[in-house]
Amino acid sequence: MSLLEIKNLHVNVAGHEILKGIDLTINAGEVHSIMGPNGSGKSTLAQVLARREAYQVTDGQILFDGKDLLEMKPEVAACEGVFLAFQYPVEIPGIGNTYFLRSALNAIRKYRGLEEMDAMDFLPMFREKLKLLEMDDKLINRSVNEGFSGGEKKRNEILQMAILEPKLAVLDETDSGLDIDALRIVASGVNSLRSKDRAMLVVTHYQRLLNYIVPDFVHVLVDGRIVRSGGPELALELEDKGYGWIEAEAKAPASV
Amino acid sequence: MSSSVDTFRELAQQDYKWGFVTDIDADRLPKGLSEETVRVISAKKQEPEFMLEWRLKAYRHWAKLEKEQAEPKWANVKFPPINYQDIIYYSAPKQKPNLKSLDELDPEILRTYEKLGIPLQEQKMLAGVAVDAVFDSVSVATTFKAKLAEKGVIFCSFSEAVQKHPELVKKYLGSVVPHTDNFFAALNAAVFTDGSFVYVPKGVRCPMELSTYFRINAAETGQFERTLIVADEGAYVSYLEGCTAPIRDENQLHAAVVELVALDNAQIKYSTVQNWYPGDKNGKGGIYNFVTKRGNCKGVNSKISWTQVETGSAITWKYPSCILQGDNSVGEFYSVALTNNYQQADTGTKMIHLGKNTSSTIVSKGISAGHGQNTYRGQVKIQKGATGARNYTQCDSLLIGDKCGAHTFPYIEVKNSTARMEHEASTSKIGEDQLFYLQQRGLKAEDAVSMIVNGFCKQVFRELPMEFAVEAQKLLSVSLEGSVG
Ligand SMILES: Nc1ncnc2c1ncn2[C@@H]1O[C@H](COP(=O)(O)OP(=O)(O)OP(=O)(O)O)[C@@H](O)[C@H]1O
Ligand SMILES: [Mg+2]
Repeated sequence: MSLLEIKNLHVNVAGHEILKGIDLTINAGEVHSIMGPNGSGKSTLAQVLARREAYQVTDGQILFDGKDLLEMKPEVAACEGVFLAFQYPVEIPGIGNTYFLRSALNAIRKYRGLEEMDAMDFLPMFREKLKLLEMDDKLINRSVNEGFSGGEKKRNEILQMAILEPKLAVLDETDSGLDIDALRIVASGVNSLRSKDRAMLVVTHYQRLLNYIVPDFVHVLVDGRIVRSGGPELALELEDKGYGWIEAEAKAPASV
Repeated sequence: MSSSVDTFRELAQQDYKWGFVTDIDADRLPKGLSEETVRVISAKKQEPEFMLEWRLKAYRHWAKLEKEQAEPKWANVKFPPINYQDIIYYSAPKQKPNLKSLDELDPEILRTYEKLGIPLQEQKMLAGVAVDAVFDSVSVATTFKAKLAEKGVIFCSFSEAVQKHPELVKKYLGSVVPHTDNFFAALNAAVFTDGSFVYVPKGVRCPMELSTYFRINAAETGQFERTLIVADEGAYVSYLEGCTAPIRDENQLHAAVVELVALDNAQIKYSTVQNWYPGDKNGKGGIYNFVTKRGNCKGVNSKISWTQVETGSAITWKYPSCILQGDNSVGEFYSVALTNNYQQADTGTKMIHLGKNTSSTIVSKGISAGHGQNTYRGQVKIQKGATGARNYTQCDSLLIGDKCGAHTFPYIEVKNSTARMEHEASTSKIGEDQLFYLQQRGLKAEDAVSMIVNGFCKQVFRELPMEFAVEAQKLLSVSLEGSVG
């Protein structure tokens, strides 16, 4: 059984059809990348996987670990193991990072019938993950994302992923806003989380990220459809030629 | 936002947990208010002549106001006319007049407080908190009296203070909130039945937190209590106040007065977690909480801090204020007011700067959910003599859903050009993006909301004593449950 099976997914946002029939299967252990022009629907797909309710599914189905993902509320999807690293992480003033993350972890543990983790056990683990992402200890006491720089916010997303240990991690443009060193650090953080039980869906515009996080598959999303899939070499080809040729091919009938 | 609003609508409405009624035998007056009622109350309490005189003066003033316009009309709250003849002004649990020990207290009352989480037996008490329990019109028990007396701290019911320390009562009663202050202050002065009294002598740091727990139990009864706290030169005291009431369909009136006096170098910290019954989700029933609270920083370098968390009551009308009379004195007001369903709150503070180099801080956090209406009303007055006065005001509103309202009325009056004033204000909505972010990390919608709200209130919570802060956070979560939409 595949970890994620998306079949003929159609999604409307504010009355417009954004996703127009997506088919995608991801197995545990695999890393898939989605590339595509601005506005093609990449974030929409990511948000639907995380069960954002404003995105209305009009057709198709999604099975996650054999369960109907579309029946799940966002928190249930999260507890089942779906994690979204946001393209635009949100600030929560007045709530400390530590408290927030421990609450989240314990909500997930509770859902899975595990014992809650107390502060004594949590802190050392938290510190270790901070080290993994070469983040400042001071962040422990700061409010969630409040006053963080763009790059710090992105790094914080991966930190959260490292702590929550999802089955499926969807990274939406985690590389944008990162400087070169940060990109390397974040990528190695992500790589350290690659495992045979975990799958990743990495949305990006830049081949550069894929030099560090080498995907098993690359998909090109144009105007709400996956128009081409391939291996890592497809990303290189896109870097070289842009999206124009694929878009043209996609429009030309019977070219497949 | 609509879809997550639906999620909230699905959440079950949490019941008001403190809404039970205690069945006890009570000594009560018939409904109605007249000079005779005032005389009977005073006689029942075996008060000295000066008290009766004081009450009667207040009553006559109130009766005049009642004829003219009754309640003040400027507050941003709506309620039908109150029939003051339809209220019982005195209801006391029948018990021996002078309890020798808590063992003599009606066990039903003991159980009530235990149910509320306020055990009155000292050995069971949280270490470091002395409690005065006020049940309907009278104080039923005060704990740790002996321990406090060692330090010379007087902590007792108001009635007892009138008997045992008439000179102190006479000196300070009405000195901060005179009966002429406002309609409800006049009413309270005429009919108040009990309350708490605290006197901390010169140079004494009160060895424990003092606390009063107010409980309205009887039906059709008004609660009119009066608290007077005097911190003598160099003294320090931290005082906590909590309150609950049973669920009843008709509205009940609570009109309290609190007076604080801080002499030279003295400090008073007054914290309230107000959780009177707020009415049901359609706005039926609930307490009308019309309260006058004021502190006088009478001495130099004195300090008074008000911290309040207001989650209950159908209507809240309350402005804990400071008169900064002594040079270098400091006034603070930290407030969280939450209105849900059909609750209305008009609350805020007054900072009156009279002395030199006086400073005041106001931090107000208003949260509105459901059809709740939340008004901040503040006044900062810098008088002519208040050279070098400073005020900082921060006033934030948080809206949950789109049927509620937040309003702010900050009034500033500066008569001395050396004053420095800072004012910040913000209004925000709980964002769908914040909620989704937290839910995506595994938190339930309701937990996400209370997390956001608690973050919003953090500045105020950290002013509360630890135990109270935890209580306040829980209370906010409960008060918000099933509310958002
Ligand atoms: N709430 C919304 N209301 C209206 N249109 C929306 C909304 N959300 C997304 N869209 C539209 O859906 C389309 C796809 O958006 P999406 O964010 O999925 O694109 P993307 O592929 O992630 O683009 P980018 O590379 O710029 O991040 C865009 O045309 C966008 O304007
Ligand atoms: Mg995007």
